[in-house]
Amino acid sequence: MSEQTLTEDRPAPQQIQDVVIRFAGDSGDGMQLAGTQFTASSAIFGNDLATLPNFPAEIRAPAGTIAGVSSFQVHIADWDILTPGDNPDCLVAMNPAALKAHLHDLVKGGLLIVNTDAFEDRNLAKAGYDVNPIEDGSLDAYQIVRAPMDALTKEAVKESGAKGRDVLRSKNFFALGLMSWIYQRPLDPVTDWITSKFGKDSAVSTANTLALKAGYNFGITTESFHHTFEIKPAQLPPGEYTNVVGNTATAWGLVAGANKGNVPLFIGSYPITPATTILEELARLQNFGVKSFQAEDEIAGIGSALGAAFSGRLAITTTSGPGLALKSETLSLALMIELPMVVVDIQRGGPSTGLPTKVEQSDLLFAMYGRHGESPLPIVSTSSPSDAFGAAFEAVRIALKFMTPVILLTDGYIATASEPWLLPDVDALPNIAKPFATYNPDAEFLPYLRDPKTLARPWAIPGQPGLEHRVGGLEKDATTGNVSYDPNNHETMTHTRSDKIKRIADDIPEVEVYGEGDLLVLGWGSTYGAIRTAVMRANKAGHSVAHAHLRHLNPSPRNLGEVLAGFDQILVPEINMGQLSRLIRAEFLVPAVSFNRIQGQPMRARDVEAEIYKLLMGEDAE
Amino acid sequence: MTDTVRYQRADFQTDQEVRWCPGCGDYTILASVQSYLATLDIDRDKHVFVSGIGCSSRFPYYVNTYGMHTVHGRAPAIATGVAISNPELTVWVVTGDGDGLSIGGNHLIHALRRNVNLNILLFNNQIYGLTKGQYSPTSEVGKKTKTSPSGSIDLPFNPVSLALGSEASFVARTLDMDRNHTIEMLKQMNEHEGAGLLEIYQNCNVFNDKAFIDLTDKNTRDGNRIWLEDGKPIVFGADNEYGVVVDQQGAKVVEVSEVGLDNVHIHRADNPNPSVAFALSRISQGPYGPTPLGVFRNVKVPSYGKVLEQQVAAAQEQKGPGDLSKLIRSRGTWTVSA
Repeated sequence: MSEQTLTEDRPAPQQIQDVVIRFAGDSGDGMQLAGTQFTASSAIFGNDLATLPNFPAEIRAPAGTIAGVSSFQVHIADWDILTPGDNPDCLVAMNPAALKAHLHDLVKGGLLIVNTDAFEDRNLAKAGYDVNPIEDGSLDAYQIVRAPMDALTKEAVKESGAKGRDVLRSKNFFALGLMSWIYQRPLDPVTDWITSKFGKDSAVSTANTLALKAGYNFGITTESFHHTFEIKPAQLPPGEYTNVVGNTATAWGLVAGANKGNVPLFIGSYPITPATTILEELARLQNFGVKSFQAEDEIAGIGSALGAAFSGRLAITTTSGPGLALKSETLSLALMIELPMVVVDIQRGGPSTGLPTKVEQSDLLFAMYGRHGESPLPIVSTSSPSDAFGAAFEAVRIALKFMTPVILLTDGYIATASEPWLLPDVDALPNIAKPFATYNPDAEFLPYLRDPKTLARPWAIPGQPGLEHRVGGLEKDATTGNVSYDPNNHETMTHTRSDKIKRIADDIPEVEVYGEGDLLVLGWGSTYGAIRTAVMRANKAGHSVAHAHLRHLNPSPRNLGEVLAGFDQILVPEINMGQLSRLIRAEFLVPAVSFNRIQGQPMRARDVEAEIYKLLMGEDAE
Repeated sequence: MTDTVRYQRADFQTDQEVRWCPGCGDYTILASVQSYLATLDIDRDKHVFVSGIGCSSRFPYYVNTYGMHTVHGRAPAIATGVAISNPELTVWVVTGDGDGLSIGGNHLIHALRRNVNLNILLFNNQIYGLTKGQYSPTSEVGKKTKTSPSGSIDLPFNPVSLALGSEASFVARTLDMDRNHTIEMLKQMNEHEGAGLLEIYQNCNVFNDKAFIDLTDKNTRDGNRIWLEDGKPIVFGADNEYGVVVDQQGAKVVEVSEVGLDNVHIHRADNPNPSVAFALSRISQGPYGPTPLGVFRNVKVPSYGKVLEQQVAAAQEQKGPGDLSKLIRSRGTWTVSA
């Protein structure tokens, strides 16, 4: 950059290993965009990173209010990090409401950047401030940087030709430019993105670029900053990376499963936050042979998927909590007629509409038991945004191989968060077997004649002569597949459906234990990063603590009982009231202790760490 | 159609014992459907019958094709998945007035408006049969049943009006006991592209016997069956003494001698404006008095499954077949060297 010469007089940037930055502003301030672009530059720079977008359920809550605050947190580091960070070291507050909503999270002594122009009477009142906090000394515990972003952005974009609302819309780029200077991020990836998004010569494109540079230059010229920071590239394993959002990785994993199973994909879904972007991503992929269908409701979403499964497609339906409830009845039919399907549930705060844009792990027991009758199903979960690719692939593999619906549990954090993903060699992914039926002229086709090993029934697809058959919700004769009301047959079939799911345990990897000691921290899903970080910190502090994380919730890995028996204490942190904890206590009769946080936010490493110490020292040490 | 007969009705029968009540109208409908299927040059394995729950929904177990007996009300949604996954299939939905119009009303209207390639058979007996005789969404007002001992209060649906209001491109009505007419309606529906709804007045001789007596009794039927025939004036009665006129007030029954044959409405099922078909559907609010039977509407609209297939083909033509390796690199990548 040409500005380089100016910076030479300044002290060299301070080397730091990681930083957690939170951009917070009004929903209309473009904070998600600023955060995403900051992340993209950091990824290209080679840092490891993890992100946490946080936005209101309302598309446009009243401007300036706390309800309307949207934020984006990014954790960048020169080492292999696992979480988006517990508390920000730096907070960008674009208005008083953003300050009010997020200040309590900022670490004491942290860097606080405020848009002073937004701290006028009306906005202060909307945020509930009687006096202006940036003037009354109440922020003395922080390093405060005051930037009149509205005025500076207006001035900077004058020549762009941008008019009216477009002028102030560029102020998120001002903030981004300023942050790029403080943390020594390159501007080129952002300007390239602006050009590709808005065109080379458009007024919006020029305005955004000018605002970005003005923010950067404000950093250089102002006396507000004592120094800048630099986070060196992380020592990640060599290879090609992309920064992937969880729902995108989920969609791609499903496509990879269809590809390796050589079965074209069908998705029938109804839009619901935060699952919708999977439907959107798959709808774009028609050239992969994907047929996407936006159904009239959740029930038709899974219904159309079930029909597609009968027609020989890899059937997908995506949803979130309330939608899973609506799909329950058809899910029971799917397992009764034993057709493959993947139901992706992006867990969010519940019950009912609950917290639609926030994370929770509270659908585990519903996934296990939320159906009428004896109706066991396999459950697979994902532990991070990039892990969603493999988890989705695994769900497809189990569905096709065992002819069963599978529930894939992700959550509202994984859905929208991103992290670098070391790209796999997709050609090396294993092919997925499926029990397609073949016509044998010498024998009657029996649709419930099972594979002796997997207990999967044959998949006979309409359009194949000689395999005409009827399936339905009524109980089947174990041999012929015809409707049967025989009492002993019903018992046999109930056991068979259960055994089929249990046998999947022979087909999945054993659970691995990280570390050793008397205390095991057992988790599942998106708490992975927080638990692993907490366990690593405890280990570093000289404590023997182990971590095991479950991908398969049903059936459990075959060695789980043995693993649990090897520990005196088991701690199960979950973003719910203790659902996995309840399952393993019931199944393995172990004295698992629950640690629960239900605040709509990802699990925090320091909370798990504190809980670990509490258990290690005994309750009295409190 | 080939000259050689490929199938007999028996080819479409299964070894399962048919378990409807003796005398049920469903038997006749089953025979009509099986007879019709046998006349077609469509491979038996290309047919799929999908049903929901209720008496009529046992139908797939008795037809020797592919079949699914599914969830109460959800057959149109499930059949949508079957049909749009493979537009080569001929997909039939068998539903009833409770299954299709009560619990499954939402799926029915959406399947119709999307013009999914489905032949929907709505068995309307104006009663809940499988649960033993409660009033249904097509029961007449004041119907006394076990759940409405003082008489039902709610207004019934007119299924033909409902289908027309749902943008259906094919809507027809027939009577279970008239096998020839039923087969003719099945034929026209099957030859039509996209969603078709055939309302079949089906007698439940156990819980709602003689619901259609006006249309079936020898003494009254000629004066009550208004046969809709495409391109012909709508006249009916033993001596075609009655006719239907359509004006701004709607459609009404007149004596031909009073208005003159030239003023009797000439039926056009392919009229792009559904208003006239709707007006015809309002001549009766149920099988009481003069009631139109036949094809109300039959217009050409591309089916959902076909258009989706074209979109997929066009995407593959433009972008080439999906490349997984390129897909996961599509959001930009960077390389970390060793």
